Amino acid sequence: MATPAAPASASAATPAPAAAPAAAPPSVPVPSPTPASAPAPSPAPAPVPAPTPAPASSSDAAAAAATTAAPGQTSASAPAPAQTPAQSLPGPALPGPFPGGRVVRLHPVILASIVDSYERRNEGAARVIGTLLGTVDKHSVEVTNCFSVPHNESEDEVAVDMEFAKNMYELHKKVSPNELILGWYATGHDITEHSVLIHEYYSREAPNPIHLTVDTSLQNGRMSIKAYVSTLMGVPGRTMGVMFTPLTVKYAYYDTERIGVDLIMKTCFSPNRVIGLSSDLQQVGGASARIQDALSTVLQYAEDVLSGKVSADNTVGRFLMSLVNQVPKIVPDDFETMLNSNINDLLMVTYLANLTQSQIALNEKLVNL
Amino acid sequence: MASRKEGTGSAAASSSSTTGPAGKGKSKGGSGDSAVKQVQIDGLVVLKIIKHYQEEGQGTEVVQGVLLGLVVEDRLEITNCFPFPQHTEDDADFDEVQYQMEMMRSLRHVNIDHLHVGWYQSTYYGSFVTRALLDSQFSYQHAIEESVVLIYDPIKTAQGSLSLKAYRLTPKLMEVCKEKDFSPEALKKGNITFEHMFEEVPIVIKNSHLINVLMWELEKKSAVADKHELLSLASSNHLGKNLQLLMDRVDEMSQDIVKYNTYMRNTSKQQQQKHQYQQRRQQENMQRQSRGEPPLPEEDLSKLFKPPQPPARMDSLLIAGQINTYCQNIKEFTAQNLGKLFMAQALQEYNN
Repeated sequence: MATPAAPASASAATPAPAAAPAAAPPSVPVPSPTPASAPAPSPAPAPVPAPTPAPASSSDAAAAAATTAAPGQTSASAPAPAQTPAQSLPGPALPGPFPGGRVVRLHPVILASIVDSYERRNEGAARVIGTLLGTVDKHSVEVTNCFSVPHNESEDEVAVDMEFAKNMYELHKKVSPNELILGWYATGHDITEHSVLIHEYYSREAPNPIHLTVDTSLQNGRMSIKAYVSTLMGVPGRTMGVMFTPLTVKYAYYDTERIGVDLIMKTCFSPNRVIGLSSDLQQVGGASARIQDALSTVLQYAEDVLSGKVSADNTVGRFLMSLVNQVPKIVPDDFETMLNSNINDLLMVTYLANLTQSQIALNEKLVNL
Repeated sequence: MASRKEGTGSAAASSSSTTGPAGKGKSKGGSGDSAVKQVQIDGLVVLKIIKHYQEEGQGTEVVQGVLLGLVVEDRLEITNCFPFPQHTEDDADFDEVQYQMEMMRSLRHVNIDHLHVGWYQSTYYGSFVTRALLDSQFSYQHAIEESVVLIYDPIKTAQGSLSLKAYRLTPKLMEVCKEKDFSPEALKKGNITFEHMFEEVPIVIKNSHLINVLMWELEKKSAVADKHELLSLASSNHLGKNLQLLMDRVDEMSQDIVKYNTYMRNTSKQQQQKHQYQQRRQQENMQRQSRGEPPLPEEDLSKLFKPPQPPARMDSLLIAGQINTYCQNIKEFTAQNLGKLFMAQALQEYNN
């Protein structure tokens, strides 16, 4: 069983290379207004508005967005023949079963990573970007890991260290060989022109990459998390533009993850954002307190219904009924015996554990004589 | 954010001479005071460890990884971590050290603390007190004074509450390991009992403000139903497995004791034999003297009677430590269950 290599050499070595950092990342600067990429490309201003109910099929969205002037303004210039559906185009980057309504399932660890790398960004950088890793399913894409990629962005050009991205991906692959590059993320509120370019880089790595934005600047007082897929749009036969279509974002949790998140969430309530791990009985106490809260909410609802403040809802009523019936009706004597035997088991086990502990302590003493 | 950068800078500078903040601990002249009083973990690290086990660690394999962070006074802050690949058959061409170096170099590019501060490991029902763990932790602690090993128990976590513990070797044990002398005399001299092998360091979890915002956001958006596994009464399986492991260990322990007993018996038998030999010698010498002959030379007793090998003590110490951990776990578990049973009783009484 391998254990992480002793850091003796590692710790001595790491400060040394600190002095001699790697040469400037081999990046690919590209002058920004590439005529090829767009007639007034997608996103000078806002990202595609989330509430548009349409994670419809990409072609529809293309058509729809072109027609709906108002909130989207995704393609300000779409002079177009909105009606021409994009399907007729020989779209180069539309492989794979990508019906609209594709769902992106995120794990909380991704978001925490993104926020953390945002907090550690270089001076002067407005946002950070990175790669998303995960698995692809028929109907959904599950993002399970991510790492940030250094990049430089200025008014005119954007440079992304793709070499770094490849290296990191190789390293990650050693640990989890099932993860594929799914796309990339960026912090920040808008999709900018540079995003289009970066998206293009990533489409070389993955078929139809997804783009995730996490709004760390907390516009509108919320940290909005959105995902997009790029689609072609525009007049067929002319220069094609790129538009970002929104996808539904769902949050996936493993059971243990949810428990972890619940615990971590408690730091929101403590003054210096620090919490300790609680002991056994405290946890039971905490869990029962939660159930108590839930029960009091339910009770409040029941009272409101009875006093006529809230109209009765049959489905809720049925749930309440099943809730009350879940407490099993056991003959009291039987229950007594069950309870007692269980308690006896537990007490016996405790006694044996204590006995064992005193035995080994005794053994220590004897051996050391 | 600027302060974090400072932290990284100074940590990098001081890591070359590990006596930086650790000097405080050492300079106390081995008073037994440990250099680390508290471990502060970022929420991100917790999530990463959970995810790593969930995805790569099904079954009884342990998953391991490296912890990164920095040391602030007597607090060890863990700010990031990365997993270590499992050892597979084709590990001939896999270089662990190289993987680690590459990873840390890359992480440095994105401003993540790249100072190695410890490692983490998952455990199966709490069975982590092994020789391998001892060795690794010793090499870590030898190189980096403040390193800890985080033990994550996924099965206990799945039962309702996060089970994460940080351990270090006690200074006494460090001394012994340094000498590489595990003979009984050395251990007795160091006065090491199984309770003083590992010390547990309290853990706190800390999040930055932005992560708190994220948590609120998640809570609003995801609203996953609470499953309340913590209050489930159906846990006899867990208890059964724990007891099984405990029994195995106790068996090993008893074997060890048997070995020790035989050793003691052999030594005492030998003593007797020596004694008898000496007496015979003396008698013969007296007889010879009475007859006027020169006495027989005293022979070297130690060459005649080779003392038996004392059994290795380290293993039995480890077993005792492991048994101790199991017992602790079981006691915690039964305490919880008793509480739950009493609650169930209250509910039933009300029903009737």
